[in-house]
Amino acid sequence: MTHSHRPTSPALQIYRPQLTSVLSITHRLTGVALSVGSLMIVAWLVAGAIGPSAYDGVLVFVRSWFGLVLLAGWTFTIFFHLCNGIRHLFWDTGRGFALRTIYASGWAVVAVSTALTIGCWAAAIFLAWGVE
Amino acid sequence: MLIRSSDQNPRYTLLKRFPVPRNFKTDRSSRITRGKLWPAPSRAAKIKRLEVYRYDPDKSANPRLDTYEVDIEDCGPMVLDALIKIKNEIDPTLTFRRSCREGICGSCAMNIDGTNWLACTRFLSETANPAAIYPLNHLPIIKDLVPDLTHLYAQYESIEPWLQSATAAPDRERRQSPEDRHRLDGYYECILCFCCTAGCPSHWWNGDRFLGPAALLQAWRWLADSRDEATGKRLDELEDPFRLYRCHTILNCTRTCPKGLNPGRAIAEIKKMIIQRSS
Repeated sequence: MTHSHRPTSPALQIYRPQLTSVLSITHRLTGVALSVGSLMIVAWLVAGAIGPSAYDGVLVFVRSWFGLVLLAGWTFTIFFHLCNGIRHLFWDTGRGFALRTIYASGWAVVAVSTALTIGCWAAAIFLAWGVE
Repeated sequence: MLIRSSDQNPRYTLLKRFPVPRNFKTDRSSRITRGKLWPAPSRAAKIKRLEVYRYDPDKSANPRLDTYEVDIEDCGPMVLDALIKIKNEIDPTLTFRRSCREGICGSCAMNIDGTNWLACTRFLSETANPAAIYPLNHLPIIKDLVPDLTHLYAQYESIEPWLQSATAAPDRERRQSPEDRHRLDGYYECILCFCCTAGCPSHWWNGDRFLGPAALLQAWRWLADSRDEATGKRLDELEDPFRLYRCHTILNCTRTCPKGLNPGRAIAEIKKMIIQRSS
């Protein structure tokens, strides 16, 4: 009766992306990105320890458009991971599981991490102007 | 947008599916091919298209996606009505499970427009055109929309879903205060349709060892029962990196439950109970 090899029904290939699953996979991806970013911080510190010329080399990279894009990405990444991490802490205490709360807190994480990213860069640009 | 209850459909959908290749991580025999079109008769008044996953175990062909044109002027309002109409009038080989047609048996659970729901409680008017009808996700398919649930039932059995008590059986029923009884609300209503477990990404990747939301909700239902005396043993069985802790609080389960229950909260309560007993 049993077929030698039954097909498996599609899952990820057809399942509709929802705020629940999208924020979950984003949390994991931002976690991975932050691990990579921490290597960048180490490189920055090591260059500072080696001396001015090495440090200038890192600064040239950081100030290039590619470096700035990476920094902007990591800024959002760290704020998102932080905000969603707090959301997870609430869940760990058994709170915030009503479906409307799940959605409200999810959108709040998106809004707050975006606002913090913009605010952080606005502050950075404002301070940079002050220096020059 | 804000979703208040699981029966609410989003007003718009940014992405109908994740941006992965159609055959991402699928083995050769599971790849879906284009099927045939079953056109409606010319006298049909209002045509709705349904794209339905088909698999025939008696042929050595891959699964396919058949398109049926259904006259919804001459059809009941639910997705299940359309499937029954197809089976009666268009294609008698279409196979699916159904029984109660009122959302209490859990037989007709399937993936409708990308999310899991009961075909008997989903209005045709709420579905896209064409509506996409697939079986529950990531399960071996017996035929068409009939998945093999053996493994999911075995996982349910593994949590020993029955009252366990060491004290002698009383002469009458085991009594419970109204407060203790209320602790079971939102959990005893589970109909084991497995919409949640089939929609759980963690269960897709680790379903061999992770119990999944349906079985874990049931586990909590017995942990929360004031009459049950096997709490310690039950927690010992659950305290495992895979059985319980593969739940990463994705919460697709709570989003998709056709009974409006909350497997995500039940799992969090189990995790809390384990922490509380060790502290």
